[in-house]
Amino acid sequence: MAMRRPGTEHDRSVFSRRSLVLFGAQGALAAGLGARMYQLQIVEGEHYAARAERSRIRPSLLAPVRGQILSRDGKPLAVNRHNYRVVLYRENTGDLTQTLERLSEIIPLPPLRREALIEEITRTRAFLPVLLAENLKWEEFAEVNANAPALAGIAPELGLTRHYPEGDYTGHIVGYVAAASERDIQRAGADGPVLKLPDMRIGKSGVERVEELALRGKAGLSRIEKDVHGRPMRELERREGTPGEELTLTLDLALQKYAMQRMGTESGAVVVMDVYDGDVLAMASTPGFDPNGFVLGWSQKEWVALRDDEKRPLNNKAVSGLYPPGSTFKMVVALAAMDAGLVGPGHSVYCGGHIELGSHRFHCWKRGGHGTMNLHDGLKKSCDIYFYDIAKRIGIDRLAEVARKFGIGVLPEIGLVDAKTGLMPDKAWKRARKNEPWHPGETLHAGIGQGYMLGSPLQLAVMASRIANGGYQVHPRLVRARDGERIKARSLRGTGIDKQYVDAVHRGMYGVVNELGGTAYKSRIALPGHEMCGKTGTAQVRRITTSERATGVLKNNELPWKLRDHALFVAFAPADDPRYAISVVVEHGGGGSTVAAPIARDVLLKLQFPKEIPEGAVPQGADPVFVAKNDDDDENEDV
Amino acid sequence: MASLQNHATAGPTLPQKLLRLNWPLVVLIVLVAGIGFAMQYSVADGNVDPWARKQMIRFAVSFVGMLVVAMIDIRFWRGTAYAFYGLSLALLVGVEVAGSVGMGAQRWINIGPIRLQPSELMKIALVVALARYFHDINPRRVRHVLTLIPPLLMIAMPAALVVKQPDLGTAVLLSAGGIVIMFLAGVSLWFFAALVAGTGGLVYAVFASKGQDWALLKPYQYDRIAVFLNPELDPRGAGYHITQSKIAFGSGGTTGEGYLNGPQSRLDFLPEKHTDFIFTVLGEEFGLVGSLVLLGLYMVVLLFGLMTAIRIRHLFGRLVAAGVCMTFFAYFAINMAMVMGLAPVVGVPLPLVSYGGTSMLVLLFGFGLLLSAQVHGRVTFPRRGTVL
Repeated sequence: MAMRRPGTEHDRSVFSRRSLVLFGAQGALAAGLGARMYQLQIVEGEHYAARAERSRIRPSLLAPVRGQILSRDGKPLAVNRHNYRVVLYRENTGDLTQTLERLSEIIPLPPLRREALIEEITRTRAFLPVLLAENLKWEEFAEVNANAPALAGIAPELGLTRHYPEGDYTGHIVGYVAAASERDIQRAGADGPVLKLPDMRIGKSGVERVEELALRGKAGLSRIEKDVHGRPMRELERREGTPGEELTLTLDLALQKYAMQRMGTESGAVVVMDVYDGDVLAMASTPGFDPNGFVLGWSQKEWVALRDDEKRPLNNKAVSGLYPPGSTFKMVVALAAMDAGLVGPGHSVYCGGHIELGSHRFHCWKRGGHGTMNLHDGLKKSCDIYFYDIAKRIGIDRLAEVARKFGIGVLPEIGLVDAKTGLMPDKAWKRARKNEPWHPGETLHAGIGQGYMLGSPLQLAVMASRIANGGYQVHPRLVRARDGERIKARSLRGTGIDKQYVDAVHRGMYGVVNELGGTAYKSRIALPGHEMCGKTGTAQVRRITTSERATGVLKNNELPWKLRDHALFVAFAPADDPRYAISVVVEHGGGGSTVAAPIARDVLLKLQFPKEIPEGAVPQGADPVFVAKNDDDDENEDV
Repeated sequence: MASLQNHATAGPTLPQKLLRLNWPLVVLIVLVAGIGFAMQYSVADGNVDPWARKQMIRFAVSFVGMLVVAMIDIRFWRGTAYAFYGLSLALLVGVEVAGSVGMGAQRWINIGPIRLQPSELMKIALVVALARYFHDINPRRVRHVLTLIPPLLMIAMPAALVVKQPDLGTAVLLSAGGIVIMFLAGVSLWFFAALVAGTGGLVYAVFASKGQDWALLKPYQYDRIAVFLNPELDPRGAGYHITQSKIAFGSGGTTGEGYLNGPQSRLDFLPEKHTDFIFTVLGEEFGLVGSLVLLGLYMVVLLFGLMTAIRIRHLFGRLVAAGVCMTFFAYFAINMAMVMGLAPVVGVPLPLVSYGGTSMLVLLFGFGLLLSAQVHGRVTFPRRGTVL
């Protein structure tokens, strides 16, 4: 082609030059882009990869399975039960109202509840589940499953809830669980987030509470990839947690149930201990309560009835009920006096019905008095004057020191948070507490277990155990094994009291039950080798005024329930080779000999003859032995 | 097509034209578009719907269109250049009017099933119009100052309209494209020196006046500029996009997470993943290797385009070809810079890869013109230098 005009070649070379410059500039920019790619993907690549991971992978905790609680003989006391429930995912439903209506044909969902649910569902993100109903019966659950095609968006789910198969029988000891409160979560520290999981529960009372950390286990971890809206997409990794420990309690379930039933409608407590290893074989507190109520929720009516019952069913009276020990304390007074070398077993005191101290007159429970008493008869007949006399000789501080060796006024190391210390008064206590000097008359009151003195049924059982085992400081315990591994009993420390004094007290306690004229003679066990030794006690609730003594003291059953005396009894068996100790307290029950002693007799018989109590176990004319009703036919499907 | 034959010089026959066509360039274009299909398939979680299938159909139609445009004599395109420009300008004014009456910042016009963005159309129309202007004037007058007034106006009018939309990205793209054509057409370097100085001075004045009595802009306008330049100042708005884009892109590392396996884009962390931020997905799935391959491919397309332009014997063809190359370069450079956090977030797609109809159509129309200029590289025009 011919060049048509001057300048065409010129502007062509200009174009070529300049387009080279342009391409050079573009190349430089492209190199800059490449450098930026290198910077983002190689230099800072790991940083961005980590950020990407953090933004889309949310670790979520997996609730560990709570450890089970078993009785000594392996019967389940607290287990995890399937919780059949249905949830709804909004994004999978068509017509919400219609779906709920269809569901209400299978499980009860009143219109009001349905309205509330619809509101909640519309507020929740479409891909998050909303709980519609839980703790369904298997039949309901199966029917929901069978109708799944008609119930779009409704998903049956299987969760776990705590269940207490023995209900009231073990409610006080096993305790119960509930959803963790804000405070629980704060106090849990590193475990706080675990407690927030919907299926997690925390022990609120009893062993469930004390052994919370052992029972809880360790949470697992699941790393879930979620999209920008938080919708879970897939699970990348799953590490199951460690289930909580399986706890075996020292409790003998059959004995526990027997003791609870034996107490009947009375308000009170029975504690049975092994005198050597401290195992608490039974710890009954009546009336009981069903811990399942706390898991499933009480109705308002049930709750009010429970809370306002004057017999306080929610309290574990065995550890938190405090009573003056009354005459059950007399063994300790005797031991303290002999240990101090002030009296020997042969020491005698004349009981004329009352003694004078200064301007005060102290009465024996028996009007007219017992006559001359030695230690054996003083215990056997529970003569107050005898113990006033020796208490006065010992003095309160010395008496308190020995009493503490027997567990009175000392917090029992049982591990239950509601356990109380009770009170063993002494001079320092009165000075500190009331800013008053100790009156000698108060020592006399202490000598018969009255006055300021307070002890729980568990403490009385500890006292009885330490007397029974020859004066060794055994400690009560509730947990026998963890994950099947037995816990060794603590080695026993002596009280330092001479064996011959303890034997003397044993003989006195033998007399109480087994010798004619003993205060609990009617409650004796008539089988040789199985006899029990015991001591009755009656704790006064009200003060008997001088004017009332003049006009005649009212009989207990003439008083309103709240003002009647507490009936107490401590015992051990077998008499010649003690293995078990027991304490019985019946609130406002009247006399220890008539109400408490027969209960102890029956429980100790049941303990020594778990299968069948033989003929002739009790003497002719005595109340027959209580027979527990058999209710072992509950079938539970537990996991 | 009849008008074609009316030109004085008879061009080569159709088979000759097809043989002469720069096939390597065509193959490169198909290759880049193929990467686009693969990415559209990936962002839909391995589905041809909703994007890949449509994108392929659009490409097929536009590709045929490109070949048809390439077969048409370049002189025809010179003849229609001003009309094309005029039409595009009218459409721009049209959306401006419709937009102010209708809802907010409307940038497109519906013509039957096609949604047309006049600003996209203008990118090519401006190139063709400027090419014709510089082709038509007396080459000796090109260095004259007065000669520069019409092209500057031709650039300024659409740029101003686009700024009002407001679409600053496209305005910068249009202006840069126009100025590059002026540069290649041989306009005096002093003009560019003055241009750089003037722009720099204006920008300096705007920023220097901030907070002063004589502030050139209102405070909220400064805030907007600040966010525009550094989106991370606004972490819930534009900053969110950029941050997520950098996270996804950066996490690709050397070789990426693997095809169909970019978690960030898959989980919706990435906004606009099938359109403006498709390059991030590519970076996440194929890493630095994949990113550099695409950049390299683009540069090869650019090089082929510019080499084609240099061989064309007439200024109109050269300028059209170079202008199309420049537009192409501006597209991918701005898009890549944007998703990597180097440039403000402006709605510029990744050419041939991002999902979108208008930009695909317009770009292939541009390449069609480039190819037409190449195929008809030796035709003679009836007259030159008649203007001015």
